[in-house]
Amino acid sequence: MSTNDYLVLAGTFHGVHAITRTITPRIPVPSPPSSTSTTSYAFPNPGIPATGLEYLETEKFRLTCFQTLTGTKFLLFTDPLTTNIDVVMRKVYELYADYVMKNPFYQLEMPVRCEAFDRHLGGWLRGRT
Amino acid sequence: MSQHPRHSAMLSISTSNSNLANAGADKQQPSQNVSTPTQSSSPGLRVPSNRKTIYDRHLNRSRTAELSRASFAFLFSEMVTYAQRRVTGIQDLEKRLNEQGYPLGLRLLDLLFYRTMSSSTSSSLSSSSTSSSPPNRPLRILPLLHLIHGPLWRLLFQRSADALEHSVSPETPNEYMITDNDPLVNTYISVPREMSMLNCAAFVAGIIEGVCDGCGFEAKVSAHNQPTEMWPGRTVFLLRFGDSVMEREKVLERAGVR
Repeated sequence: MSTNDYLVLAGTFHGVHAITRTITPRIPVPSPPSSTSTTSYAFPNPGIPATGLEYLETEKFRLTCFQTLTGTKFLLFTDPLTTNIDVVMRKVYELYADYVMKNPFYQLEMPVRCEAFDRHLGGWLRGRT
Repeated sequence: MSQHPRHSAMLSISTSNSNLANAGADKQQPSQNVSTPTQSSSPGLRVPSNRKTIYDRHLNRSRTAELSRASFAFLFSEMVTYAQRRVTGIQDLEKRLNEQGYPLGLRLLDLLFYRTMSSSTSSSLSSSSTSSSPPNRPLRILPLLHLIHGPLWRLLFQRSADALEHSVSPETPNEYMITDNDPLVNTYISVPREMSMLNCAAFVAGIIEGVCDGCGFEAKVSAHNQPTEMWPGRTVFLLRFGDSVMEREKVLERAGVR
């Protein structure tokens, strides 16, 4: 896949993710009778905000999405049988925070081209297998 | 007229508060050597609960204390970004980073001497002004280089530099190299490919230059990338001493000064 394909995928995924967030079913909240007639709705568990698409699974691969609190999304392509994906995601996030965000030459919102990030991630992945 | 009692009550409360604060301060005064009466008047500065800021601490005390690497990384990243504004090229950027480090080296030198001196001979503090005490200031190039390679590097990065070399070429006897396999300042920095000549350790080179100049050794210091398979961030600091230094070096050698 070329860089452009990645960008198209990211853009498409972002839209789908936003849609899946909004179609989360909600339940009506019984409003106090004194208030106006409009009924408000809430998620089944109000403490947890609605998450969007988290997994996309096909026969050959699985796409995992991890959204940070700042809204950055990491998409990881793995074999459907791979386990411990959250560990990998956490490490990717850690390395991203270290080697991308602390790099003065990285511009926000731009494709990540940081040699140290690639090197450390590659080294870590090689150490795992 | 009706407001007066309330006002006086407020006044009395505020005075009693300040009394309390003073009493608390008085209670802690005996335990600390340096009294800081003016600190309570600055609301912006956060004072630790034991009222000892980093400024009250003994210079030697914070020697083993460590700083957050992340905060340094962010600070340095901002420094590079700042230096990147209004520069024309890579050399200009390195020059700016060098200039940022230079005053730091000049100022660091005194602290370095103070610490190396007090750790070796703690009692010579009072008699340090006399020339009879062993010279703590390097007079020849080699002691200076050892000072940079060892104590300065330990002060800055908690470890010695990795190598110290003299130029093998006979045309440039004034060139020395100090190697750091993985400079702390470059840990999180990946330089884009189109600027591959750039090494942000030019900041450290500036510090070294400041130290050399502060010792009376006129020198130009630059940082160069020399990656190896094992150490992709290996950096060589090239020290080029001025002609006056080399002439003096010859005189001192004849005089037998070490």
